[in-house]
Amino acid sequence: MALNAEESGRLAALLSEHVDQVTQRWTEAVAVQLRGRLSQAELRRQLQELHRAILTTAENGIVDVDAEHAAELRAVLGELSRGRARQGFSATETAISVYALKEVLLELLEARGGESVLRDFVAFSGLIDQMGLFTFESFVRTREGLIADQAEQLLELSTPVVKLWDGVVAVPLVGTLDSARAQVVMERLLQTLVDTGSPYAIIDITGVPAVDTQVAQHVLKTVVAARLMGAECIISGIRPQIAQTIVALGIEFGDIATKASLADALRHVLRLSGVETSRRSRRGA
Amino acid sequence: MERVPILKIGDILLVSIQVDMSDQTALQLQEDLAERIVSTGSHGVIIDITALDIVDSFVGRMLSTIASISKVLDAETVVVGMRPAVAITLVELGLSLNGIRTALNVERGMELIAAARPDESPDDDEFHDETDEPETTDSA
Repeated sequence: MALNAEESGRLAALLSEHVDQVTQRWTEAVAVQLRGRLSQAELRRQLQELHRAILTTAENGIVDVDAEHAAELRAVLGELSRGRARQGFSATETAISVYALKEVLLELLEARGGESVLRDFVAFSGLIDQMGLFTFESFVRTREGLIADQAEQLLELSTPVVKLWDGVVAVPLVGTLDSARAQVVMERLLQTLVDTGSPYAIIDITGVPAVDTQVAQHVLKTVVAARLMGAECIISGIRPQIAQTIVALGIEFGDIATKASLADALRHVLRLSGVETSRRSRRGA
Repeated sequence: MERVPILKIGDILLVSIQVDMSDQTALQLQEDLAERIVSTGSHGVIIDITALDIVDSFVGRMLSTIASISKVLDAETVVVGMRPAVAITLVELGLSLNGIRTALNVERGMELIAAARPDESPDDDEFHDETDEPETTDSA
């Protein structure tokens, strides 16, 4: 909802006449809601900036958040909500920074009096609602960006392929295995097999909280793909509950070797590749 | 028409597929390979598909056919150098290349063939050569 030229003129007059009063009351109202998580000085600086942006826009004529000349206002609002989102404030606490202006304007309008008080207040609060919505939108966008970044980081961090022995690599899977992650794990493992020429791979699922048919499907696909390339996979780290789930779900691992622990799997692979391990006898024993 | 070269290394025939496989090329390869196995008396065939970006059901069937032909002629077939992307695609398609042995690279493939025929090591060949004479005299 946009303000017409006349209304925005009155808004500009109201804001410019009582600069200090507006920022003072506004800061107080917001500070109560934020419960001291942001310093008064910082809050005042932000609100003064926003105040200035609204005033500039109002002086330029029709006030509308979507208007072309309101770019500065949008930038300030966006900056404010991005900051709030990063600092971990809730959506309400972010929106209140804008909505608190309503109370301040109401006070000022009441003090001024006159015929157009009601109409002006409705118009002004329409504008503030619009600004609030805009703030909320950019808040959500920032949060979504953060979540996407974190998901990507998680994807990169949680799928290392480690070399255990000459010709033996292992993938310790940690966390829930969804399709996207399974794909990344699969590709990375197969690529490592090619790069290192390792004929054995151990997939350790100790860190996977639950194994359902989908997770099993992903693991089986990886094993079959590795076999096609000429490498053998062993699944290890199957916890007791997981074993029960696997049997209850009727998942068949066929002739794929499964071991309870990574140590067992490594021993199995070493035996397959003809490496013998023996404990060195203690001196003097 | 392009032809896939067949190289003989010791007791093993090495086929490195570097071109896109058409029906003609595949049939020609099967024929050539069968002839070479018989003429050289090789006991192992290594098919290197490192250069293949795409392995579809057609190429998959060709590999299976070659493996079967070699088996009839008493030669082990090992497919080596399959790319990860190719393996993933084959799994997604549900093609498992039944009856084909695979290895990561040519070296591993040669080891696999050697391991599959422990009684046919080069030392044994020398032994056979020595016994050739008495055998011929016996039959003569």
